[in-house]
Amino acid sequence: MSTEQVEDLVQRRYDAGFVTDIESDTVPPGLDESVVRLISAKKEEPEWMLEWRLAAFRRWLEMDEPEWAHVHYPKIDFQDISYYSAPKTEPKYQSWDEVDPKLIETYDKLGVPLHERAKLAGVAVDAVFDSVSVGTTFRKELAEAGVIFCSFSEAVKDYPELVKQYLGSVVPPGDNYYAALNSAVFSDGSFVFIPKGVRCPMELSTYFRINELNTGQFERTLIVAEDDSYVSYLEGCTAPMRDENQLHAAVVELVALDRAQIKYSTVQNWYPGDEEGKGGIYNFVTKRGDCRGVDSKISWTQVETGSAVTWKYPSCILRGDGSSGEFYSVALTHNFQQADTGTKMVHIGRNTKSHIISKGISAGRGQNAYRGLVQVHRRADNARNYTQCDSLLIGDRCGAHTFPYIETRNPTANVEHEASTSKISEDQLFYCLQRGIGEEDAVSMIVDGFCKEVFRELPMEFAVEAKKLLEVSLEGAVG
Amino acid sequence: MLKIENLHAEVGGKEILKGLSLEVAAGEVAAIMGPNGSGKSTLANVLSGRPGYEVTQGRVSYQGEDLLALSPEERACAGVFLAFQYPVEIPGVNNTYFLRAALNAQRKARGEDELDSMEFLKLVREKLKTLHIKDDLLHRAVNEGFSGGEKKRNEVFQMAVLEPRLGILDETDSGLDIDALKIVADGVNQLRGEDRAFVVVTHYQRLLDYIVPDSVHVLADGQIVKSGDKDLALKLESEGYGWVARESAA
Ligand SMILES: Nc1ncnc2c1ncn2[C@@H]1O[C@H](COP(=O)(O)OP(=O)(O)O)[C@@H](O)[C@H]1O
Ligand SMILES: [Mg+2]
Repeated sequence: MSTEQVEDLVQRRYDAGFVTDIESDTVPPGLDESVVRLISAKKEEPEWMLEWRLAAFRRWLEMDEPEWAHVHYPKIDFQDISYYSAPKTEPKYQSWDEVDPKLIETYDKLGVPLHERAKLAGVAVDAVFDSVSVGTTFRKELAEAGVIFCSFSEAVKDYPELVKQYLGSVVPPGDNYYAALNSAVFSDGSFVFIPKGVRCPMELSTYFRINELNTGQFERTLIVAEDDSYVSYLEGCTAPMRDENQLHAAVVELVALDRAQIKYSTVQNWYPGDEEGKGGIYNFVTKRGDCRGVDSKISWTQVETGSAVTWKYPSCILRGDGSSGEFYSVALTHNFQQADTGTKMVHIGRNTKSHIISKGISAGRGQNAYRGLVQVHRRADNARNYTQCDSLLIGDRCGAHTFPYIETRNPTANVEHEASTSKISEDQLFYCLQRGIGEEDAVSMIVDGFCKEVFRELPMEFAVEAKKLLEVSLEGAVG
Repeated sequence: MLKIENLHAEVGGKEILKGLSLEVAAGEVAAIMGPNGSGKSTLANVLSGRPGYEVTQGRVSYQGEDLLALSPEERACAGVFLAFQYPVEIPGVNNTYFLRAALNAQRKARGEDELDSMEFLKLVREKLKTLHIKDDLLHRAVNEGFSGGEKKRNEVFQMAVLEPRLGILDETDSGLDIDALKIVADGVNQLRGEDRAFVVVTHYQRLLDYIVPDSVHVLADGQIVKSGDKDLALKLESEGYGWVARESAA
């Protein structure tokens, strides 16, 4: 099989590309202070929340869009985007019977049943549709365990003290351009609070869906795990197929106190654009975890198959002594997709550890960059880092790039970096074919093997989903 | 079972097989010997349909069918198995998983039921036992980090599980100690039977002490230049290939 044939096998199908026909309350495109006030008013927010947004907005006005990432796209016109869209039927949080059946149907089609009868076993879901949360499952069960899991809007109303204490404490509004924009206009998202000593009894999950045309999605997630608690959280995302690019700029903040553990997994499947590179989501996301307590642990696992352009560096601030951070990533780019993704591990406390496994897969004309920073501060005695960064190329028109940065100010630091680039070789494919295994099965088997170290970090059900997603994404990659 | 007539094949624009003819009957084990670079692997690759090997002339019929018209995986499903001279590594793909996918793909193509993991594991354990292969092979990734000998053993193990109609072994004995050599021989001998055939490519007559061939063929410069019975292998061993070349030139 020739290289061109290998490449041709990448003809992708995007199952989540449908549009839900539902009446929406959408703010006209454009952004100024009055829009920020309008969003805040629509959400009936308290004054402090509005002030926080306005401060962020003023910061944003003074900032410049970052251009250092290894991605290329036409300049975004921020006045051409609508910053708020909600399904017209007001979400009723008390009963699923009052939620528009079309919304429930939408999530059913996406494989995320919300209704009582069909709920995913052992997984509580918060469903975010365009700018608002339409409902959260298993609320009662979680409340009994003392766990708070609700939409961000509810949290602002019901737990203002907690939100005030932690909001922006990991990603300050002025952190970067997109974080500032998000802080000004964020519409909804999820809030999780695990009290002292509680092991969250089930997986928590948020499912983000962009539906409306020309809207951006700016959600915020805040997870706080108190001393000796544990939570595993998963986010999934999809959007309809459209010719226009759409912007998604989220902020995720994690706080782990003494000995707390947070496991955050993402299966990102935003619409990637078509074979010619038309349309798709711009995914500019700031995700950061703060290991604030001693011996705390934050683990990021991401499987990124969607979006036209991805700009995303889930990071860990290892502040507490003995804390540890992990980053496991599979990023696949196909056709004209571009991804610049990686992580930052900032070692501040003593005896802190970080572990990075990054797997980049490029097919078609996809461009995949790993960008990682490992920073060891002066006080961080005995910091340990291990980074492994592997790239797999399918065909010869795609690219893989690695930008590892290491800054250590403590001589006891031990930082290891390993990198490899390989191609799905014709020899590997032929070996499979000779045993009777078809071409597409062979490619997904080889890719799956390449990603194994990351997949085994995902919760069981999601590992299966991630595997399937990769298969679909690579459909037509070899032929 | 296999009938090759006047086969010409090119690799990278260079003609390697130059009118090769060979017939292997059902039930037969044919040994192919010949100097380095004579085209033995090329023949094995052409028969299994490896990309990059272009047939410019000739015919190959297999069980009465035009073998060259089939894709590599169709040939595999029709029972053609190649034990590779250099088996490739597939990192992260579990050996058992791989082999089960292969067996089930073949069974499916033949209209047979696929085996579930329990049935498959039972089959695999039996095969390991009869071949005296240790089961740590099952838990590792396909050929990843295997020694040369382990890779060859894995090929024979796969062959035992897939039970091909036509087994082609490309220097599976090279670089093996005597115990490993016996495993290779067992692999062939246990499958040997009326409705199967083997083409065994080897450099060394010692393998043929364990797999007694029905015919021995000398491949030189892209053609079969001499055929005989197992005594031919002994003669090649003691006298080398020079006399064959001189004889065929005369
Ligand atoms: N991919 C290739 N491109 C060009 N020449 C090749 C290639 N593969 C094999 N050859 C040449 O074909 C000839 C036969 O090779 P091969 O079939 O491997 O011989 P054998 O297995 O008998 O040692 C050798 O001269 C070798 O250099
Ligand atoms: Mg050879």
